[in-house]
Amino acid sequence: MLGFTRAQSAGFVLMVAILLAAPFVAYPIFLMQVMCYALFAMGANLLMGYIGLLSLGQAAFFGMGGYVGGYAVQSLHLTPELGVVLGGLTGAAIGVVFGWLAIRRQTIYFAMITLALAQFVNFFAVQDTGFTGGENGMQNIPRGKLFGMVALGPDLHLYAFTLVIFLAGFLFAHRVIHSPFGQVVKAIRENESRAISLGYKVDQYKWIIFIIAAFLAGIAGALNALVTKIVTLTDVGNVTSAIVVLMVLVGGIGTVFGPLIGAAIVIAMQYYLASFSDWVTVIQGVIFIACVLLFRRGVVGEFAAKLKLSL
Amino acid sequence: MMMIFGKPAPLLFGQLLLGIINGSFYAMLSLGLAIIFGLLRVINFAHGALFMVGAFVTWGLLHYLGIDYWVALFAAPLIVGAFGLLLERGLIRFTYKLDILYGLLLTFGLALVLEGLFTNGFGSSGVSYNGPDILSGTLDLGFMFLPVYRGFVIVAAALVCFAVWFTIERTRLGALLRAATENPSLVQAFGVNVPRLVALTFAGGVALAGFAGVLAAPLYSVNPNMGSDLINTVFAVVVIGGMGSIGGAILTGFGLGVIQGFTEVFYPPASSVVVFAVMAIVLLARPAGLFGKAA
Amino acid sequence: MKLTRRTLLGTAATGAAAASFPLTRARAAGKSLKIAVISDFSGPYRDDGGPTSVACVKQAVADFGAKQKGYDVTVLKGDHQNKPDVGVGLARQFYDQGVDLVIDVPNTAVALAIQGVAHDKNRAFIDSGAAGSSLTGKFCNAQSIHWTYDTYMLAQSTGGAMVKAGGKTWFFITANYAFGHLLHDQTAAVVKQHGGKVLGNVNYPFPQTTDFSSFLIQAQSSGAQVLGLANAGADTVNSVKQAHQFGLNKKMKIAGLLVFLNDVHGMGLEIAQDLILTESFYWNLNDRTRAFTKRVLPRTPNNYPSMGQAGCYSGTLHFLKTVHEMNNMKAAANGAELVAAMKKMPTDDDAFGKAYIRADGRFMCDAFLFRVKKPGESKIPWDYYTLLETTPAAKAFMPMAIEGCPLVKA
Repeated sequence: MLGFTRAQSAGFVLMVAILLAAPFVAYPIFLMQVMCYALFAMGANLLMGYIGLLSLGQAAFFGMGGYVGGYAVQSLHLTPELGVVLGGLTGAAIGVVFGWLAIRRQTIYFAMITLALAQFVNFFAVQDTGFTGGENGMQNIPRGKLFGMVALGPDLHLYAFTLVIFLAGFLFAHRVIHSPFGQVVKAIRENESRAISLGYKVDQYKWIIFIIAAFLAGIAGALNALVTKIVTLTDVGNVTSAIVVLMVLVGGIGTVFGPLIGAAIVIAMQYYLASFSDWVTVIQGVIFIACVLLFRRGVVGEFAAKLKLSL
Repeated sequence: MMMIFGKPAPLLFGQLLLGIINGSFYAMLSLGLAIIFGLLRVINFAHGALFMVGAFVTWGLLHYLGIDYWVALFAAPLIVGAFGLLLERGLIRFTYKLDILYGLLLTFGLALVLEGLFTNGFGSSGVSYNGPDILSGTLDLGFMFLPVYRGFVIVAAALVCFAVWFTIERTRLGALLRAATENPSLVQAFGVNVPRLVALTFAGGVALAGFAGVLAAPLYSVNPNMGSDLINTVFAVVVIGGMGSIGGAILTGFGLGVIQGFTEVFYPPASSVVVFAVMAIVLLARPAGLFGKAA
Repeated sequence: MKLTRRTLLGTAATGAAAASFPLTRARAAGKSLKIAVISDFSGPYRDDGGPTSVACVKQAVADFGAKQKGYDVTVLKGDHQNKPDVGVGLARQFYDQGVDLVIDVPNTAVALAIQGVAHDKNRAFIDSGAAGSSLTGKFCNAQSIHWTYDTYMLAQSTGGAMVKAGGKTWFFITANYAFGHLLHDQTAAVVKQHGGKVLGNVNYPFPQTTDFSSFLIQAQSSGAQVLGLANAGADTVNSVKQAHQFGLNKKMKIAGLLVFLNDVHGMGLEIAQDLILTESFYWNLNDRTRAFTKRVLPRTPNNYPSMGQAGCYSGTLHFLKTVHEMNNMKAAANGAELVAAMKKMPTDDDAFGKAYIRADGRFMCDAFLFRVKKPGESKIPWDYYTLLETTPAAKAFMPMAIEGCPLVKA
């Protein structure tokens, strides 16, 4: 089914079951944020896990997706689903330009270019107080009515909407990896020069993956704007770029379920460590270090390796 | 008054000098990073935090032990270097065999831990440190009044940068280091203890950050975030100069300080982005940086 | 699958524990109240809020005599890490757990976001740490009160009083973001209104600026009498420290438009001396402020309270008094009703003396213009300020007529 292995199918069914039941036991806003960041992390995971490129500027797409999505709903009075689509397209459009510049370079240079480009977006967001609201950010974004009919104000309505988009994004990302296209992408990661000699236009493949990652980030940003009702400079900032990398790392680079688990753990940390207040930064740092030294494959990766499964 | 591009000439001369002073910090920090990257292939994201530690050690030596600036100038880099040695042996060496990105992620975590610990220990508004009396006051240069201490910073930074460059490019120890960068197993076969060489190199690079921290303590607010404010710019400097190029790091450091200085006159809001603009342009034109060897 | 499932369930379970059991507000004891301090505990504003704010809130609970009066008051804390979405998440969760009051919240962006949550949940919110005057402007609502200070008041006091004292020409160094611009615009307007002139302004990149020498040189060559620093925290510390190095303090008066006592402590008097600034509370101002400080210090031995933290004390105390006065726990749990009652009752405490809350949610206290003492003048620890002038509350804050708060029209 959909190119899933048996273990992945089981995992998928379980994931859907848990996500359906979760809002009745856990905090819906928390869960929605987890799904937003999981979408965001799935994009970053495509880059990190499937073509081996670390981007330090993903927040540019997430943040601008949020601003445009929020603006569409708040100022243009568009319906929320259009806001989310516009957010995704914004991410993708910026991704087209940034990707074109960045994919010519490898490893650390790629990381630094994405960081530099994201810096420009950040600069724009700080400057333009008319559109982005500058330091105050966009506040009180309405959730609107889905297709102009169903009000998303109640948390459970928005939860259902978020869940549908999340699952669509999940299957889309999975589909990308398991298509013939995805096979070539993996071949590039394994041995780039061989892929080139086989006649594949490696840069184009990288570019498309980059744009897909940016698209997912834009969708996630716009969705997050509806969930939290705000978009601020944090969303386009370096910290957000670092956090999404942390999510992928904690969950497991190159795994299917890694981004979701990683997002759940990191967001839970932000929510529940907040009462440890003084020690938040230290604990986050220690987790980074522990992941690199002890759980390099991430939670899902280590678990899958133990069971000799692909998850 | 002579005008250049609508700005008074003395102002621009002043700016040039100030740019060089800021450039000295970029040069010292990027030099340490370049050395570490050259031999260890580790992108040390904790470099800014160690710079901050250097400044706090300087303050601590005076505050707790009554040890003055001149002693700290030598003691603080040694202390930070020794701390670096512990970090390398305890944590960083485990990333050598991994993808280059893991070293980056590990040191990023390390930076968070250090900043968090110092915030808890000393608060966020920082501590105050005043430089030695003999370096207080200003010099009249005709076109501007230069604080004596800033003059001292230029001289000290230039001397240290030169000494490091000389050691690496012109001495036997430097030759050994460069050889170990090219082919560690061969150097090991010649009877050199490469792991020790690597550890000491890391300590040396970190000590440079500590030294920059000492120089910065009387100039800037000594607070836990002082390093993270600087580190992105310094990374850009290293990338522009060419990863691992010693001379490149130094020249680019000073050069970018000057470019930034002029931006601060003509369009101040862009003075932080200008570094990244330069970086993006350089990388597109010369992938390996201005002075790096093509990969 | 076990581990993944456990992780998922674990997360869900934590969420459930946080969300479900307190949802029905456990009021077994009859009179239980929860106050949550949301502040910066790990970042740049920690010293101006953070643990000392918590100490001040706890002191208010003690001074109110909660136990004696039969109240069971819990004080919670959360670190917003200067991220608005984290702040929003925390506030929602706290309110859903039955928290009656969220207090402090330095950082205007986070404060605005939480103010929105307070409205949605109809629970009380007192902001003490943030500066933006927009909190009681177009974003004002019936559940929120802005205590302590705002940008307009800083501009009135520092700008107005300095021009009157002869500082006619100004040069500004402004952090290039909304807060910096607001502070600059409002101060520049006051300067002009009092017959002064603005000779120049530089907007420098925020954050990422540690060296201000270039801007200082530009300020110096402008020939202005006053250097206005429209920034905060480490940026202010750095600009003052460097102005000192360039000898600017000998030629110009330096006005810090937002400086807290804790920043002065971080600079040291050697550097900070003669700096002009405004706060609405200073521990060594009068007998009452000294008495308050003496009581609270054991809870925060290394960090004296500055105005934002004293505001947490004052706000909490007034909140508790109002709840007691209402004598109706059900009504007190209704944010709009509670805040309306708080506005009706005048405030009186050791930190701010007698004051009141305006219809738009603005806490009306006097603004004090201070000069920082020279090292020789300071006799005891943290003895840093000399009072220059007092701007009465009615003049210090923006008139409601021009503020644009929707509550006022109604």
